[in-house]
Amino acid sequence: MKNLFLIACVLMALPGLCRTLVVGKGQTYSTIREAVAAAQDRDTILVKKGTYYINNIVIIKSIYLIGENYPLLHGADKYEIFTVSGKDITIKGFHFTNSGYSAMNDFASVKIIDASNIIFENNRVTNAYFGVHIANSHHFTIRSNYFNGLTKSEQTTGNGIHLWKCNNALIENNEIHGHRDGIYFEFVTQSLIQKNFSEGNIRYGLHFMFSNDNWYVENTFKNNGAGVAVMYSKQVHMLLNHFDSNWGAAAYGLLLKEINDSKIDSNTFYQNTVGIYMEGTNRINVTNNVFKANGWAAKVQASCMDNTFFHNNFLSNTFDVGTNGTLVLNTFNNNYWDKYEGYDLNKDGFGDVAYHPVSMYSTIVENSPNTLMLLRSFMVSLLDKAERAIPSLTPENLRDDQPLMKGLKLKEKK
Amino acid sequence: MLKLSKYVLYDIVRSKVIIAYTLFLMAVSFSLFQMEDNSGKAVLSLLNIVLIVVPLISMVFSTIHYYNSYEFIELMLSQPVSRTKILLSEYLGTALSLSSSFLIGVGIPVVLFYFNSTGISLVLTGCLLTFIFTSLAFFTSVQSRDKARGIGAALMLWFYFALIYDGLVLLVLFTFSDYPLEKLTLLLSSLNPVDLGRIFIMLKMDISALMGYTGAMYKDFFGSGTGALYTIGIMLLWMITPLLLAVRSFNRKDL
Repeated sequence: MKNLFLIACVLMALPGLCRTLVVGKGQTYSTIREAVAAAQDRDTILVKKGTYYINNIVIIKSIYLIGENYPLLHGADKYEIFTVSGKDITIKGFHFTNSGYSAMNDFASVKIIDASNIIFENNRVTNAYFGVHIANSHHFTIRSNYFNGLTKSEQTTGNGIHLWKCNNALIENNEIHGHRDGIYFEFVTQSLIQKNFSEGNIRYGLHFMFSNDNWYVENTFKNNGAGVAVMYSKQVHMLLNHFDSNWGAAAYGLLLKEINDSKIDSNTFYQNTVGIYMEGTNRINVTNNVFKANGWAAKVQASCMDNTFFHNNFLSNTFDVGTNGTLVLNTFNNNYWDKYEGYDLNKDGFGDVAYHPVSMYSTIVENSPNTLMLLRSFMVSLLDKAERAIPSLTPENLRDDQPLMKGLKLKEKK
Repeated sequence: MLKLSKYVLYDIVRSKVIIAYTLFLMAVSFSLFQMEDNSGKAVLSLLNIVLIVVPLISMVFSTIHYYNSYEFIELMLSQPVSRTKILLSEYLGTALSLSSSFLIGVGIPVVLFYFNSTGISLVLTGCLLTFIFTSLAFFTSVQSRDKARGIGAALMLWFYFALIYDGLVLLVLFTFSDYPLEKLTLLLSSLNPVDLGRIFIMLKMDISALMGYTGAMYKDFFGSGTGALYTIGIMLLWMITPLLLAVRSFNRKDL
């Protein structure tokens, strides 16, 4: 009897513990602000379809904010829409639009500061300066959102997903267009970025700064102003990504600057001006990647050390490898180069003659870019042939001693 | 004039050289497309054929043909036909036969295996180069009566356009690499029909490389509609100018 009473008490108390507050026309609350003010921890605020003009609602309670049929949260081109600071907060199913722009502050549609256990899911963010701006937070998920930025100049557009000083983040299944950097990481550790699609951003599809121990897996970066940049970081794992059509004078599929002890595996580099550009990077393993139809498959500057290119396919690139010096401290081994012209007498699958991936002409172009005018001319192929026979200008040590005779069967993502 | 061209055409076809040329081009293109599993690479090799072999054959064949039909020309001159007409119909007959064998030999395989904008521009460039180098050959052979000299001059010209010119360009670009040379390279590429044709095709093929550095400028210029018009215009100029010069000296010549 005593137990029954207890259970009854609990059952009666439960609705009080997590209520659902409905916001909308003709509902209990007409504005989200009122509902948030009235809500207690673990309450759900259900927002009905409609347009809500919002001047920065600060959410510090552990609540679930759920939108029904993508209610439109409008920032009137002046304000931030939500500022989230707390723990256990979920925001789901909203359409954020027209949040403000400021040259002084990093205005974002949703700003998450000093927070943890946040879930930001299934939202649409359009015409935002910054899409989601996350600072000093940990253990949060940004999943299945759609971002479309302002697509103006680099100065007047913010980043799609901006992380500053965070850890244990999961960025998954997002689609980002028209921002400055699609995804931006600065001082972020132990995070996973996966299955995102970043296209048509003004600067980088993904931008890493000082962010160690992160993984990015199965993302697609396409047609961004300058590709993907990973700078000043350690232990970054880049797997199964697709770098596509990053064209331009300073565009790279993947730009690596001051990166150490990282791994680049099973990626596809397709039709980029430069597939991978390495500067001051050390101890990186580049394995099982496909480099196809790039201008330069890889540019490895002389400031790089102890990097290994192993088991990659190099297919129909204009230049396989470019470099700016003669000092070579990197190894290229057992790759397949479609330009290889050697033979395999003992039939062990490895070519008997070393392959020099740096052609004479790519060195010339590196020194004097205007000579690109002579690409594919008879003169140039003569020079290349002569240089291949007696290397003098190209770095002699940059060579694959055991090039594969047949291409590796690597999965090419289209 | 057309009648005369027709006779020239018959004459050329009967000589079998042109048929051999057609078969050669066809064999090469088909085997390239069959051998390479990546048809892009085959087109790359075909590009070399178009840029090297086509001008060479056009030059040598036209020169030899001109000297061989010297008697026919002399006979025609005794008829009431103007000199301009005679030379132009000779030119038309030669250029048309050469270009049609190129169209059959390379055009058909390209249409079968690689029918896209790159393929089309390759065939177009090949045809234009045939016309241009035939006209250059006529210009050189009209200048001298001596066959050996004529062929020598033709070969020298081919050598210049195919190889020496690029070497000179490389030299110039290297010597003045401290200066902004973008505009100059545009000019330099217009001064050689082979280079112009190559860039025209290359823009379709190596866009990713070209998008870097200077390439972006090339792409802006040559890749646009006006650029394509410019290329074709300059190539037509390269065809018409030597031909007009040839006609002029042929008219003034004491035969």
